[in-house]
Amino acid sequence: MVEAVGVRKTYGDNEVLQGIDLTVGRGEVVSMLGPSGSGKSTFLRCINHLERLDGGEISVDGHLVGYRRAHGKKYELRPKDIAAARRGVGMVFQRFNLFPHRTALENVMEAPVFVKGLGKEEARTRASALLDRVGLADQAHQYPVTLSGGQQQRVAIARALAMEPALMLFDEPTSALDPELVGEVLDVMKGLATDGMTMIVVTHEIGFAREVCDRVVFMDDGLVVEQGPPADVFDRPQHTRTQTFLSKVL
Amino acid sequence: MATDTTAPAVTPHADEPIIRLRHPWRWVAIVVIGVYLAEVLWFFATSDAMRWDLVRGYLFEESIMRGLWMTVKLTVTAMVVGIALGTVLAVMRLSDNPVLRGLAGGYVWLFRGTPIVVQLLFWFFLGSVMPEVTFGIPFGPEFEFGQTSEVITPFLAAILGLGLNEGAYMAEIVRAGIGAVDHGQTESAQALGMSPFTTYRRVVLPQAARVIVPPTANESISMLKLTSLVLVIGLADLTTTAQLIYGRNFQQIPLLIVASFWYLVLTTILTIGQGWLERRLGRSDRYRSRPPRRLMLSGANR
Repeated sequence: MVEAVGVRKTYGDNEVLQGIDLTVGRGEVVSMLGPSGSGKSTFLRCINHLERLDGGEISVDGHLVGYRRAHGKKYELRPKDIAAARRGVGMVFQRFNLFPHRTALENVMEAPVFVKGLGKEEARTRASALLDRVGLADQAHQYPVTLSGGQQQRVAIARALAMEPALMLFDEPTSALDPELVGEVLDVMKGLATDGMTMIVVTHEIGFAREVCDRVVFMDDGLVVEQGPPADVFDRPQHTRTQTFLSKVL
Repeated sequence: MATDTTAPAVTPHADEPIIRLRHPWRWVAIVVIGVYLAEVLWFFATSDAMRWDLVRGYLFEESIMRGLWMTVKLTVTAMVVGIALGTVLAVMRLSDNPVLRGLAGGYVWLFRGTPIVVQLLFWFFLGSVMPEVTFGIPFGPEFEFGQTSEVITPFLAAILGLGLNEGAYMAEIVRAGIGAVDHGQTESAQALGMSPFTTYRRVVLPQAARVIVPPTANESISMLKLTSLVLVIGLADLTTTAQLIYGRNFQQIPLLIVASFWYLVLTTILTIGQGWLERRLGRSDRYRSRPPRRLMLSGANR
């Protein structure tokens, strides 16, 4: 589903990704852990080309992300084509980024109508079903400001699902939430995982990673240090850097 | 706080009513200002030199009406041109494309940097240096639109002068509005697969509009009065018409009052429109019900 080879990314002199190799299979749920500044969010953003790569390549579903391969070179795509490629990848942000000028329902309808060209009525029906799925059918006509953080994040998940993505990226989806609201968002994500969605989750929720994820990837200093099933990585970490990190968060 | 739980304050004073701060001096100010204002109004209202009969007579006079209509037409058209052009220029200035950025920057520099009267005269006299309007594609065919003096009528020259100038100012207003929208909005729109155009149209500009409306209303009200500059190219707007009339009958003040009356009417309409737009664009956060603003005179607030 996702294949990353030697992904590098530099901000000025700072090489935030120093050659990431990662393969995620269809239906797999992978969580990415690591200290802040380790490059895990940047890598996630590279997967749908919100960040340009400086080296290596990523392909999703067999298609190169952001580039077109020809004559032994990779040519950068036009914004329109990149936009088209992103439709198969859903993304959920730390700060929700709901459209504040649209109601919950309109947020979910927006992309199907204005990107896919779906009819308003059909989009509305589907959006209602999605809001129901994340437990917010009764909040459909509320504007985001009136919703709690947990509710906003669930709308954001519904909004991403509206494009029927084959892959979902979560960038610290619960980090901006009050502790008592984390559970409701994680529950929705668990439901998605159970339904077989391919997911990459950057998170600090060790409990979620242990319970739901098939694999845990530990990153530090722009490199994948260690990866494996949660039980191995959490209970028998091989590298000292993993051990140090886990001793702080567990 | 700790005492609250351990020893409830059982004092005989707990039930005493709370009296809000009173503002007696506000009443005094109202009376003083009211008296002075009434005196001034009385003086003007009863003065024979004011010629209120003339004011009434000219208020709906035909040439005044024509001037008023010209002012309205010029303001609306110039603002429509200005807002459309300004939006395009702002998006160009924020583009990744250095050619578009440079073009927009140069445009704003030129049209903000030269006097508007000069620009009006420039379009009006364009025919003297460029007798025919043609549009040529380099190394390609040339299209002819006709005699410059016929194509660019005084009204079109006025619209070009006012509208193209306004576009430069609006470009900066729209740019500031776009800058006020959180970048996360663009990112989430992109992540949903929106093209740059759709992102602007559906996500960024509607949110920028809230920031853009107040300064745009300012520009419109200022344009209302700026249109009187078309006098230099021979068009008669409201102010010019009033001046023409008092040039003949020497009743300056009455005619200036007539003109001011109509400007105030138009400004009031624009202000009401601005308020309506602001409420409409602000409906997404109407839950933040602000307490109704009341003139707090007595202590009994609420």
